[in-house]
Amino acid sequence: MKFAFFPGCVSRGGCPELYPAAKKVCAQLGIELDELQDRGATCTGAGVLQEKNQFLGDVLNARTFAIAEGLGLPIMVICSTCQGVMSQANRRLKTNPDYLAKVNEQLSEEGLEYKGTASPRHLLWVMVEDIGIDVLKTYVRRPLSGLRLAPFYGCYIVRPSDDLEFKLYRDREDSLERVMEALGAEPVDFPGKTRCCGFPILTINEKNSVQMVANHTASAKQLGADALVTPCPLCHLNLDGYQPSAMRQTQQDINIPIIHLPQLVGLAMGFDPKELGLSRHIISTKKVLSKIQVAV
Amino acid sequence: MQVIVSVNRFNPKDNNGKYWEDYNLEIEENATVLDALIKIREETDGSLAMRCSCRSAICGSCAMRVNGHARLACNTKLADMTDEAGMIKVEPMTNFPVIKDLVVDQQMFWDKVKQVSPWLQSEGPEPKGEYVASNESMNQLAGVMACIMCGACVSDCSVMEVDKNFIGPAALAKAYRFVGDPRDSKSVERLGVLNEYSGIWDCTRCYECVEVCPKGVAPMDRIMALREEAISVGYGDTMGARHADVFSDLVEDSGWLDELRLPIKTVGIFNLPALLNFAPVGLRALVKGKMPAIFHHNVPNVQNVRNLFKRVRNDQNKDG
Repeated sequence: MKFAFFPGCVSRGGCPELYPAAKKVCAQLGIELDELQDRGATCTGAGVLQEKNQFLGDVLNARTFAIAEGLGLPIMVICSTCQGVMSQANRRLKTNPDYLAKVNEQLSEEGLEYKGTASPRHLLWVMVEDIGIDVLKTYVRRPLSGLRLAPFYGCYIVRPSDDLEFKLYRDREDSLERVMEALGAEPVDFPGKTRCCGFPILTINEKNSVQMVANHTASAKQLGADALVTPCPLCHLNLDGYQPSAMRQTQQDINIPIIHLPQLVGLAMGFDPKELGLSRHIISTKKVLSKIQVAV
Repeated sequence: MQVIVSVNRFNPKDNNGKYWEDYNLEIEENATVLDALIKIREETDGSLAMRCSCRSAICGSCAMRVNGHARLACNTKLADMTDEAGMIKVEPMTNFPVIKDLVVDQQMFWDKVKQVSPWLQSEGPEPKGEYVASNESMNQLAGVMACIMCGACVSDCSVMEVDKNFIGPAALAKAYRFVGDPRDSKSVERLGVLNEYSGIWDCTRCYECVEVCPKGVAPMDRIMALREEAISVGYGDTMGARHADVFSDLVEDSGWLDELRLPIKTVGIFNLPALLNFAPVGLRALVKGKMPAIFHHNVPNVQNVRNLFKRVRNDQNKDG
């Protein structure tokens, strides 16, 4: 199984623990990766660049899709935001031939053309749809039995559900819970699991953003979760990085670790927590690790 | 078919607070959630309070939460929503005070709509007939004019959950309807007001409102269009507008995001209080080895990316 890999900016920037963890897990799963950013692919725009110029954002994503088409490989991402922004752009490009032609006009100077065949997929979906839950179970060397985990999807991997083709791929709706179960952990259903982490307004309205962090982390903890697990590094930046601010703002002790999805899979595969970057979190992961009798 | 409708109930006259009550009923396969609630009220429990009128997704009265998301009860098929046990959960909309059971107080909702002056403000001498607008200019507003003011978007809005001052998706979609109207002469002034705190820049872009809107209004897309419009008429001096500007510039420069420079350049390198505010977070990240690289490298052939940015912008300027 081989993918054109789009790691996104945050997995090598603000969450540098994510990229190596994802690479290790992919290698173990037999997923071969061809790095798109090494071939000149750009940031998706993350929905922020699109606020200013949506057409430019669509041109950038079409360019990445065209590079992957040139490689003859499907695209894999490890970030909910990359997933959503790519899927939204792809829907606009695939459903409007005149628009696609206008976008391709911009790409032609570089000798590129997007033919409309891309279908970017998050590692989460690849594990459920391509590898399969039953096969995933066979990779478990250290079952996460006894761990109670709250899923935190990130907006852009659940909405708009039409752009993400939820009707076509029914398993996407509870993919994170299914992976948790396959690894031996118990998913904790909680109201925040598909809500916004607040990251997009962090620099605009920090109080509101941090309040969202407080609400989600505190409610997961109240429901007995040992940690939150997310396929989105932007959610991780806020839920982990700003949890100390959330505790201060709401004057409560929360301290619930936030684990990247590939770190969780890696843990169950038997990797050393340090290799997975579990010591590089703002909120310590020690309590979770000790619950499965692993030291960090 | 046999179903269990679990209703989140509340009556201010008793002291029970909010509680769940389950109703078992036999109902036809093609029934809607509203059909079930009316059946319960008429045959089982006359004390169940709810609002409904047209039963055709036109009046917007019966918005409520079904299985955790806001929907119109009248255009939601019961069979699509029941779980393996044949159960659905029905609650009043969130972000509204509950009056009784499924009936919410909409005063705040209407106050926010009024806040955006939802009427046409034209200038110049009154025309002899109607104010005429071309079909093309109004086509882009057709989607937003489909809004039936049901409140579903407000119910599920992530920001209103933490900040009641946020003007919210319904009022902002309504504002877009007038900002985009060629007959309105106050677009720039309207954008000036919307650009302020609690306005267009406070939206988190979470798509909840787009997902739950029963009429395809896509309020968040309208908010993004208002942001683009606000920047284009010169309201660029907000944290949100600067954030979008700096983000775009950094991607143009290196092909991908320089996360170290993004917050610093957004707040401004001479904005000492804001920079100091970042210090604890930055320090914690540094200690844990999470700091983005100081020397940010470019993607290969970055010149192609820079040329592409310029080409797109030039062509857009030519097209006006």
